[in-house]
Amino acid sequence: MIELKYPFSRDEVRKLKVGDMVLITGKLFTGRDAVHKYLHEGHPSPVNLKDQIIYHCGPVVMKDKHGKYTVTAAGPTTSIREEPYQWQVMRDHGIVGVIGKGGMGPKTLEACKQYGAVYFHAIGGAAQVLAERITSVDGVYLEEFGSPEAIWELSVDKFPVVVTMDSHGGSLHKEVEEASKENLKHLV
Amino acid sequence: MAKKTKKKVVKKKSTVKTKKGSPDQQAIETLVELIRVTSTVIPADVDRAIEKAKGVEKPNTTAAYAMNIISDNIGLAKTKSQPLCQDTGTVVFYIYHPPGFHQTPFIKQIHKAVTAATKKGYLRENSVNSLTGENAGTNLGAGHPSIHFVEHSAKTLEVKLMLKGGGCENVSTQYSLPDTGLSAGRDLDGVRKVVLDAVVKAQGKGCGPGVLGVCIGGDRADSHAHAKKQLFRKMGERSKIKELAALEVEIVETCNKLGIGPMGFGGTTTILECLMDHRNRVPASFIVSVSYMCWAFRRQGAVIDTKTMKLKKWLY
Repeated sequence: MIELKYPFSRDEVRKLKVGDMVLITGKLFTGRDAVHKYLHEGHPSPVNLKDQIIYHCGPVVMKDKHGKYTVTAAGPTTSIREEPYQWQVMRDHGIVGVIGKGGMGPKTLEACKQYGAVYFHAIGGAAQVLAERITSVDGVYLEEFGSPEAIWELSVDKFPVVVTMDSHGGSLHKEVEEASKENLKHLV
Repeated sequence: MAKKTKKKVVKKKSTVKTKKGSPDQQAIETLVELIRVTSTVIPADVDRAIEKAKGVEKPNTTAAYAMNIISDNIGLAKTKSQPLCQDTGTVVFYIYHPPGFHQTPFIKQIHKAVTAATKKGYLRENSVNSLTGENAGTNLGAGHPSIHFVEHSAKTLEVKLMLKGGGCENVSTQYSLPDTGLSAGRDLDGVRKVVLDAVVKAQGKGCGPGVLGVCIGGDRADSHAHAKKQLFRKMGERSKIKELAALEVEIVETCNKLGIGPMGFGGTTTILECLMDHRNRVPASFIVSVSYMCWAFRRQGAVIDTKTMKLKKWLY
């Protein structure tokens, strides 16, 4: 198990390889469909994303009577929908990684290589295990997109992920897809 | 903190305004409880299948790691009474009612229960206007929640609920046979080929290990709805048609030789179950629909007393 701590360094991220199990401690920003489209259209980010990690997640967030937010469920959403935009967000905003599920395609893989970023896979559906690792909600941006689509700034402690795409061109998703297609040929 | 925007994201005040203790109020309470249990507790039959799958993956692999987290998540969601998955899905009700049951008031009760369950955090604010992108934060809107009524001869009211997340819905699919590319003809072997193709195309995107609901035949709309309805069957409930029962078993075995594994990490268990049925078709059409359900298989049912509107028993 590798520990990755905030502030994140690109050198450390470059060392990560497909199959590494990583515990992230520090800061994450959620960002999913609406945010990626918004950034892709050239709007400035309401928060500096340089050397940050974007988490493809639409959490369940509760607000108490004092106005304090708590995340009560926060698993990853399917990342492939951000495939048209992710490379550009990596290039223009300098993020060091994204967390999601299901993996991403060749454009993102190429951007990971070019800009020094990785794709972390969180366990889909594990909204409680992952919400437990969120220690505080530190901010919210673009709330007008609706709660699941907003950017939530989260502090996390030992957030469990697996590297499935690294900055050296490695992709577990590509490997598994090719192997399973080959297996299928012999099974039909 | 960013500036407050015009819409408040989380509202606390309950909107349930009915006479306390009345059957109307009781119906809403029972429905909220159905939503809570569906969202936070994995059904026993699914839990057993997941625990079995957990034991199959090789130790110290990412697949085993995924299954352990899944298993921990199931326990934690139940203990904390919080959603298993943050995507609390499309809210799909199937209501089996006796003759003479009034549907309109019950729809209103469902709407109130869905709103209340959203405020309690059992459901995420999950319903978005497809044209404007607006999220009213109530889970009510055009077609939401999805409600289907069926009259049955029993005196009881049975309300079945499924919360189907977007990830697995997005990998659900439909084929029109023959499919030249897949060499799939209009027979059970052709059906088998397209179902396997759907599983390979889904990879880990549907949050596997998943469960397949399959419908052979019907028009495009009925076929898909019937495929999804198969997911109300219990795990291991084989088709009464011998050939389909055999195909269900064979498809699970074959899928688990593909090597896609939990979350698409590679590994042994790709699919937990396959539940198939058929509908008649017109001569020109041979539709096969595959409804993919994620491991966070949220479905539950409540038998409700029609006089008191109190819960009598759970169906799963």
